[in-house]
Amino acid sequence: MSKDDHFLVYRTRDRILTVMSLVVLFVFIYWAETNATEYQIRLLNNCAIFIILAVSYNLINGICGQFSLEPNAFIAIGAYTSALLTMGPHEKQISYIIEPLVWPLSIISIPFWLSLVIAGLVTACFAFLMGFAVFRVRGDYLAIVTLGFGEVVRVVANNLQSVTNGPLGLKGLTPYTNLWWSFGFMVITLFFIWRLTKSSFGRAMKAIREDEVAAEAMGVSSFRYKMMAFTISGFFEGVAGGLLAHLITTISPVLFTFFFTFNLLIIIVIGGLGSTTGAVIASIIFIYSSEALRVVDESFSIGSLQIAGIPGMRMVVFAILLIIVMIFAREGIMGRREFSWNGLINLPKSVIGRKNNILFGPARKREKKPTK
Amino acid sequence: MKKVFVLSIIGFAVIFFAAGSFGAETVRVGGVMAMTGAVAAYGQDAWTGIQLAKEMVPTVLGKQVELVLVDSKSDKIETANAVSRLIEKEKVIAILGENTSGNTMAGAPIAEKAMVPMVASSATNPMVTQGKKYVFRTCFIDPYQGEIAAKYAFNELKAKTAALIVDKSQDFSVGLAKFFKDAFTKMGGKIVAETFCVTEDKDFSAQISFIKPTNPDVIYEPLYYSPVALFTKQARELGMKTPVLSCDGAQADELIQIGGKEVEGVAFTGHFHAKAATTMLAKDFIARFKEKYKTEPNSFHALGADSYFILLDAITRAKSTEGPKIRNALATTKNFEGITGKISIGEDGNAEKTMVIMVVKDGKFEYLTSVNP
Amino acid sequence: MTFSGFLQQFINAISLGSLYALVAIGYTMVYGVLRLINFAHGDVLMAGCYFAFYGMLVFSLPWWVSFSIAILLTALLGILIDRGAYLPVRKAPRISALITAIGLSFLLESLALVIFGGRVKPFHRPSIFGQVIQSGDLYFIALNLWIPAITSLLILLLLIVVYRTKVGMSMRAIARDMTTVRLMGVDVNRITSITFALGSAMAGAGGIMWALKYPQIDPYMGIIPGLKAFVAAVLGGIGNVIGAALGGLLLGVLEVMIIAFLPSLAGYKDAIAFLILILILLFRPTGLMGERLPV
Repeated sequence: MSKDDHFLVYRTRDRILTVMSLVVLFVFIYWAETNATEYQIRLLNNCAIFIILAVSYNLINGICGQFSLEPNAFIAIGAYTSALLTMGPHEKQISYIIEPLVWPLSIISIPFWLSLVIAGLVTACFAFLMGFAVFRVRGDYLAIVTLGFGEVVRVVANNLQSVTNGPLGLKGLTPYTNLWWSFGFMVITLFFIWRLTKSSFGRAMKAIREDEVAAEAMGVSSFRYKMMAFTISGFFEGVAGGLLAHLITTISPVLFTFFFTFNLLIIIVIGGLGSTTGAVIASIIFIYSSEALRVVDESFSIGSLQIAGIPGMRMVVFAILLIIVMIFAREGIMGRREFSWNGLINLPKSVIGRKNNILFGPARKREKKPTK
Repeated sequence: MKKVFVLSIIGFAVIFFAAGSFGAETVRVGGVMAMTGAVAAYGQDAWTGIQLAKEMVPTVLGKQVELVLVDSKSDKIETANAVSRLIEKEKVIAILGENTSGNTMAGAPIAEKAMVPMVASSATNPMVTQGKKYVFRTCFIDPYQGEIAAKYAFNELKAKTAALIVDKSQDFSVGLAKFFKDAFTKMGGKIVAETFCVTEDKDFSAQISFIKPTNPDVIYEPLYYSPVALFTKQARELGMKTPVLSCDGAQADELIQIGGKEVEGVAFTGHFHAKAATTMLAKDFIARFKEKYKTEPNSFHALGADSYFILLDAITRAKSTEGPKIRNALATTKNFEGITGKISIGEDGNAEKTMVIMVVKDGKFEYLTSVNP
Repeated sequence: MTFSGFLQQFINAISLGSLYALVAIGYTMVYGVLRLINFAHGDVLMAGCYFAFYGMLVFSLPWWVSFSIAILLTALLGILIDRGAYLPVRKAPRISALITAIGLSFLLESLALVIFGGRVKPFHRPSIFGQVIQSGDLYFIALNLWIPAITSLLILLLLIVVYRTKVGMSMRAIARDMTTVRLMGVDVNRITSITFALGSAMAGAGGIMWALKYPQIDPYMGIIPGLKAFVAAVLGGIGNVIGAALGGLLLGVLEVMIIAFLPSLAGYKDAIAFLILILILLFRPTGLMGERLPV
């Protein structure tokens, strides 16, 4: 077979495998919706939402290389927008006990999916405007400016009584988010960001990450691509915010502090800055180990033995983990590598290959074959 | 050798797990308490009370009671997570908690949906039990508290004008402020200033500067202990000698420790004082508490213990550990002789209780008088 | 607003500004030497408060002994942070160092929560500080006079060290060019540790005075003052000690006076600092006394 034919075969194989895995996911969600417990469904929903967040945060931080600390602001904007749009007038009246909600928000009530899209768009607009201010600086200063914006958003949300209901927040949201919505949007996000990363836009962003000055010299407008990454991140983070709001059914500014951004940062660093696959894997690990690690917060028993828990230990473990990863395993799980069906299929072979090296020493010198 | 080692570890693990499941059957009761965060004093005190109560009555229906605690971190979302964990993972039959209205309201819908009874010890906002069948409380509710506070201000303190400082981040504070305002104005009083803060605030100079020129006869502070302490302290330092009236949230050791001599004379409405104890259970509890902790129990210790006792009483009367049956028993609690007085709970989940008025004197909480419903 | 009202707020502003100045100096010194934003600086402030608290409570030390020991311990904590967490990532890309700093900050907060417990602790205020001074319509506690006085003294001492000693000269040299200084035979690691020690000691002192002003300590108390002090450092020109002091003072004044004139904006108090930060970074990133913006 010629090289082109090889390529075609592999690409078709990859396409088929991707479609098959989507079908498997579909079946799994169908099964889970009817059979899994509330607790497990909540964990799965959280997983999907965090994957959306991690993957879009990774776009601006890891792929475009701009160290920004903005997610908590964007998630907040998305959450509030979506919530304000779906809540009915009666629900709004119950929540807004200090000051009534400003018109026309007090009477609007639209379908869930539309509120998500609008939430994403509003957040993206905000990101766009913010970008003009924020990308005037680089490096540490970019991080601090975005952190500042995040805090400003939180303080504003805490004080704009007639829009956000201040610190009391919004409660009684209808729990629209189910596995279909969260995993559905997750697939869309993954698809979009994956394709973007592999496209020329993605390459431009990576060029900026590697060396901004050189990229500019090559004709890549760094400002334009940074804005693109930022706005797209904003869109998906806004959508995820809306999904989150309708999962927890009650939101308030205290949910959207820097701590939230910190969690996402842990995820993308452990997954590997710049790797979408890494972000996905790390999100799943984060959600499930968060739950598993709760045992150190509370007492647990091994059979009849009671081991006392120390409230707060969980966060200590997380923080230590992050520092250890930064000192010893800076690359994270995937480093910059991405998923490929080829890689997955060849995984057993490469693992065995490495094991062989450990057991039998370095590969024997291969005799040089004369090339034809 | 390595294989033997690994197998023996597995063997031990299996034995341990098996032993656990063959142990005596227990009745699992969950506790959602604020052990850390802004209202940690309430949660920790309530839990102390509950644990002492468990020492006093460790069994129900012939089985051991097993308490499972989850920290709500004084946060609404965490409370909701804690409630769902307790129900779904720990499989508790009932939940004690939380301590504050806002947080309890966050967890209530989950308990309601799962039909697991929830008994809050000190959540006083009326909306906590409104429209819910499975949520109960062992304390009075805020319309009553606001009314009594207004009466005390108007009649005892002879106040015609009042200034308010409201914590707008807590449902409890917002609700109670409104009830006070309504009652006070109905009696003929006038609200001359209403200022806002959030629980984490440390610097109240802006609010105090706003209140000072209006010269109120009393300042009403429906806040938690930290803001009461800091606000009152700063007000005194800025030269305001106005009498201060607060609410049940003020009764925590931190108030006096942080407030120092500036909080002397602060009066407040509350749930319990050892001197006002009337029932046998109360005297027993106080005696044991003094023996163990060398100090008198406060409202939160007492209310926590009461929530435990009332739950066990309901389980005993229902002769079952099923949610709906316990629920019905709780809703028909009549004149239970609790630590904080005779407690009756009706279909609405609320308890009719005596209120105690206390004042800070010589660095201690002194009992002034009781008010019956 | 009456003149006495204005004066009342102004005293408060100077007092607050001095605290920001003390903490800002720590940030600026570490950034000057390492080009690293020490996110954990605010938590060092918190640690200083807890050290002082336990000194007085557990060891029943007289307050001035407890405070001095607490400041010393805080300086040691600073050295520990430098050697333990920042030294290993010295050669790493900037983003790794920043993430380590954030992680360290959370570690300190979580450790404090676990070790010291979740309930707020009351901080004892010695009567010499708590005396209420009255002058006509003006009321304030003696502390509000002590704070600027002590802060000025500490800053003066620090400036003597930075500008009149060999160690200080090394610090300033490293801020210019670390590699060359190494070539000159200076033990860069030692100087860095000393920088951390001095900056942390200042933060400890600032923290103790903060706890005297608002006598309640909890594990998360350092976050907001820390962030605002950072804004102050940027405002003054990061890397410049005098700039940090001025920035702190200016920030304190702006924060208090804006609210004093527009009391309805009281809830937005915290946002003022961040808005100032954003504006500074947009329009004058080198700050008031700024150095060249390192890229």
